[in-house]
Amino acid sequence: MAAYRRPESLAEALALLAEAPAPPLLLAGGTDLYPARAAAEAWGRMESRPVLDLSAIRETAGMSDAGDHTRIGARVTWAALREAPLPPWFDALRSAATRVGGAQVQNRATLVGNLCNASPAADGVPPLLALDAAIELASRRGTRRLPLGEFLAGNRRTALAPDEIATAVLVPHAAPGARAGFEKLGARSYLVISIVMAAAVIELAEGRIARARISVGACSPVALRLAGLETELRGMTVAEAPAVLRADHLAALSPIDDVRATASYRRQAAQVLLRRLLTRLAAPAIREAA
Amino acid sequence: MNAPPPRLPKLTVNGCDHAVAAPPDARLSTVLRDRLGLTGTKLGCDAGDCGACTVLVDGAQACACLVPLAQAEGVAVLTVEGLAALPMGMALQSAFQALGAAQCGYCTPGMLMAAMALLQAVPRPDEAQVMAALGGVLCRCTGYRKIIEAVMAAHRFLEAPAAVPPAAGAAVGSRMARADGWPKLDGTERYGADSAPADALWLRPIRSPHARARFTLGDMAPLVARHPGLHRVLTAADVPGRNGYGIYPDIKDQPVFAEGLVRYRGDMVCALVGEREALDAIRTDELPLTWEVLPPLADPLAALAEGAPPLHQRWLDNVLTTGRVVQGDAAAALAASAHVAEGAWQTSFVEHAYIEPEAGWAQRIGDRIEVHASTQAPYMDLEEVAGVLGLPHESVRIVPTACGGGFGGKLDVAVQPMLAIAAWLLRRPVRATWSRAESMASSTKRHPARITARAGCDAEGRLTALEFEGIYDTGAYASWGPTVAGRVPAHSTGPYRVPHVRSRARAVLTNHPPSGAFRGFGVPQAAIAQEALWDRLADAAGIDRLEFRHINALRAGDSTATGQVITHSAGLAACLEALRPRWTALRAEAATANAGGGPLRHGVGIACMWYGIGNTGMSNPSTMRVTLEPGGRPTFHNGAVDIGQGSTTVLLQIAADALGLPANAFALVLGDTDLTADAGKTSASRQTFVSGRAAMEAGLALRDAILLRANAGPEARLALADGVLMVDGRPLHLDTPLEGTGRFDPPTTPLDANGQGVPYATYGFAAQIAALAVDTELGIVHLQRIVAAHDVGRAINPLLVEGQIEGGIAQGIGLALMEEYLPGRTENLHDYLIPTIGDVPVIETILIEDPEPLGPYGAKGIGEPALVPTAPAIFSAIRDATGAEITRVPALPHRILEALPR
Repeated sequence: MAAYRRPESLAEALALLAEAPAPPLLLAGGTDLYPARAAAEAWGRMESRPVLDLSAIRETAGMSDAGDHTRIGARVTWAALREAPLPPWFDALRSAATRVGGAQVQNRATLVGNLCNASPAADGVPPLLALDAAIELASRRGTRRLPLGEFLAGNRRTALAPDEIATAVLVPHAAPGARAGFEKLGARSYLVISIVMAAAVIELAEGRIARARISVGACSPVALRLAGLETELRGMTVAEAPAVLRADHLAALSPIDDVRATASYRRQAAQVLLRRLLTRLAAPAIREAA
Repeated sequence: MNAPPPRLPKLTVNGCDHAVAAPPDARLSTVLRDRLGLTGTKLGCDAGDCGACTVLVDGAQACACLVPLAQAEGVAVLTVEGLAALPMGMALQSAFQALGAAQCGYCTPGMLMAAMALLQAVPRPDEAQVMAALGGVLCRCTGYRKIIEAVMAAHRFLEAPAAVPPAAGAAVGSRMARADGWPKLDGTERYGADSAPADALWLRPIRSPHARARFTLGDMAPLVARHPGLHRVLTAADVPGRNGYGIYPDIKDQPVFAEGLVRYRGDMVCALVGEREALDAIRTDELPLTWEVLPPLADPLAALAEGAPPLHQRWLDNVLTTGRVVQGDAAAALAASAHVAEGAWQTSFVEHAYIEPEAGWAQRIGDRIEVHASTQAPYMDLEEVAGVLGLPHESVRIVPTACGGGFGGKLDVAVQPMLAIAAWLLRRPVRATWSRAESMASSTKRHPARITARAGCDAEGRLTALEFEGIYDTGAYASWGPTVAGRVPAHSTGPYRVPHVRSRARAVLTNHPPSGAFRGFGVPQAAIAQEALWDRLADAAGIDRLEFRHINALRAGDSTATGQVITHSAGLAACLEALRPRWTALRAEAATANAGGGPLRHGVGIACMWYGIGNTGMSNPSTMRVTLEPGGRPTFHNGAVDIGQGSTTVLLQIAADALGLPANAFALVLGDTDLTADAGKTSASRQTFVSGRAAMEAGLALRDAILLRANAGPEARLALADGVLMVDGRPLHLDTPLEGTGRFDPPTTPLDANGQGVPYATYGFAAQIAALAVDTELGIVHLQRIVAAHDVGRAINPLLVEGQIEGGIAQGIGLALMEEYLPGRTENLHDYLIPTIGDVPVIETILIEDPEPLGPYGAKGIGEPALVPTAPAIFSAIRDATGAEITRVPALPHRILEALPR
């Protein structure tokens, strides 16, 4: 493969990928690739891999309602998500879209790129885990779908095969009237990498929680769903939900000490964010301010 | 697979089409700058962290450093150079100019473009919309408030008439717009990376990734042979003169190129010089460079321990300098005090984070060398370059480029010595620009301090004594360490009467980056300790915290801990009196807010500061010159470097009023050491006071010469009419040029062994209030308001003074709440956090003018005073809100949570 290619069809992109002698770097919005390049070059580690630019592939543009799920193409940017008229269960994702980077990053960076970069602090992951999103992966061998939790294999690791391209995120429809919210904690107002994130999607039936899906980010190599809490919330009213939360619901988290916070702080903050999120979702006007 | 046919990518920029010979994955930012010559788009990080390179791609803001050229094809790109052609663009630029929204100007193109994207959709935005739109652009100078104001006001400038410049004699005290403002707004300003000749070679440093290591360099010939564009590898053996530089004439301890031993991560090993593409392709592991890594001294306490290996043979105990102030008997006075408070505090490395990384170029002209670089101190650069080349001073010319922020960090040389060596040896122009990571790893930092202190007061709240011990981590080389160690004890009491003082500060060498000069020279760290003690003493004595400070405030006629009697211009009491109504009101608001309970606790804090203007007990003169050619305009030869703070404007205002002609009548000659006299460095808040006095003297001297020639009296009115000088309405035809020169060196005396003497001719004073809320479940601080009262002697330009105060407060907020540089771990602007536009609250500024007789029109300095009280005022407010004593700085959320009383 030449040093740089920007195919306009998925077939061409998959062919280039399959025939490349060594795996190229996959480029979408550029907001992770170029910073990584700068950091490496500063210490004399020059990047020599070719670049496959996915930003012109026709098939991955735009969002669509596919009947039982929403399909978000790989080229969809945070800004497009932020502005799209999506149903209320997307409120957590929309909120994340307003808080990732600055407007410059939101205008260029893609949601799928955020997932493929697989940072433990990726803003897109907690909201999508709470939506039971799947990721669609294409190769010349065919197309497969993986639940997001299976796609994300660890810190900066995914299940993407060398000949595969992530083409879309698939978000199953939630029940009408579902409520969703997102909390992000950082040490400054804008352009901040999350210390802790929490996301929730709550579906109601006859005034009670029919299904609660809750996730916490930046407290484990991959953001986690809190299954125990979700189970306990089932059948409760939203007003009762905040009081249910206990520290042991967060036992599966494995936060670390780093430059942003300590592990014990993260554990505590996660619980506070979750409680506030559940409280907020219990209020009548729950649409997230964009 | 077949390669596509070769085809030049086509770009449409500001309405013009360009075919660009660049790789399709080249960053749009470098294409704009290097291929199209559109250097108005600035580079700050190459990582989307700073937003300086923001352009509009199809109307949407994007960091040009993250956009591959191929993705910009076929869509309209708008850069700062295209702004003035759009009515709203021109209005926005006019608003920035009139309202003081640009200081150094380096982030300004990015701010303007981000604002333009907003204004195209929302012509009259509110504050929240402005913050959301500009949240991706970092500014280190302004504190953002004037930027917000300008964007919100831009629509008013669509039809507003141009501002009227101040008339003759009316410049001082006016809110005159920056004399050097427009080039910062239209993209034509030339910073260190913007002006090198097209044929310049590039220099790429090779730096140590290890904090302490021995190394050997092998034969470079094979490397040079393998890379045809690599012209030369420079090492210590190539330095023609002395392989060392440093701030002090007798301490040239930092090598241009290390000699077999590196002392910090970022230390210089060697440099590659050649064609850009060739250098960019060379991997560091291709170099014949072998390391023997040694355990580093990573803590000043380890460096002080018995048997610690010395960093330099000259300082066997690793103590670079000890500063001391002793007056009276502090121990006895403490024992007799009604109330005593004590504590220990620890602060972190703080990175200057000027948005412009170090950059410049050099060329050899015959037997002279010229260095064009971003700097705060051209004459000090001249001495360093002469030293490393072994040349006499007159063989060196320093031409400062525009400086995209300094804050002390560009007082030390960076690119200058190695560029000079390369250009000298290769006889070709050579340029260099540090990457953000390189800038952060290699440049100086604010000293981390470990401070222990005890203080006492009597039953009426009068301070009795202070014991202060500061250990300042000065890093691997001296830099400004001696200055910090000297300045801290002299300021350790703060601006208060303390009769008994025992104060010591030591600068300790470690294998950390060199700590140098950073806005305040160690005083901000000391103020955190001292102001916390006063809060505790005030509480113990049952006295309101503001009133406690008012009782103890230094006033004219008082004596300081160094035995100096302050005779004039001590406006702290006036600052506190001006704050008193706001203090009372904000405290009442906090009490009301707290009455409802809940995790958000409100608090109000206060802190004061003083700051000696100019060098500590050392000569620091400035010389200014104003000339008048026959038939010409007056020309102001001003060697003071404007790093954004506004000296070009302020000194012009002073010189203009002294001469008696309007400021806009002057031609300016700035900075160039061949054309201007030594004004001293832009540091220590000295340019308004020291160079300002020299500018006043120069203007007055030229005026005297004119009046003598015209045989006119001292009240004569000067005017320029069609290039002819009019004196009291009568033309004065000159046959020879006239000139006036002014020189001022503030009167000080050296400090003796006990720190007694007159270290400074005058001091700035201030008090600030911080109002905030602490989220006691998350340890997050929500700043609500800062009220700042500053005694500036006389505000030569209130607009620019406010800009300094707002910018200093923003840096104080960063110091207090988020900034912590960890070598090797936070070498970028997303792990190292500085305040964004959403992190600086409303700032109310109150200017107190207690005139300083030595200063020009009564003025003294403001640059550093603005920053010093902010962090202690914030900590005072956190304590007021929650009871938490902040002793580990920055007060990151987890530290605040840990500090909360259980």
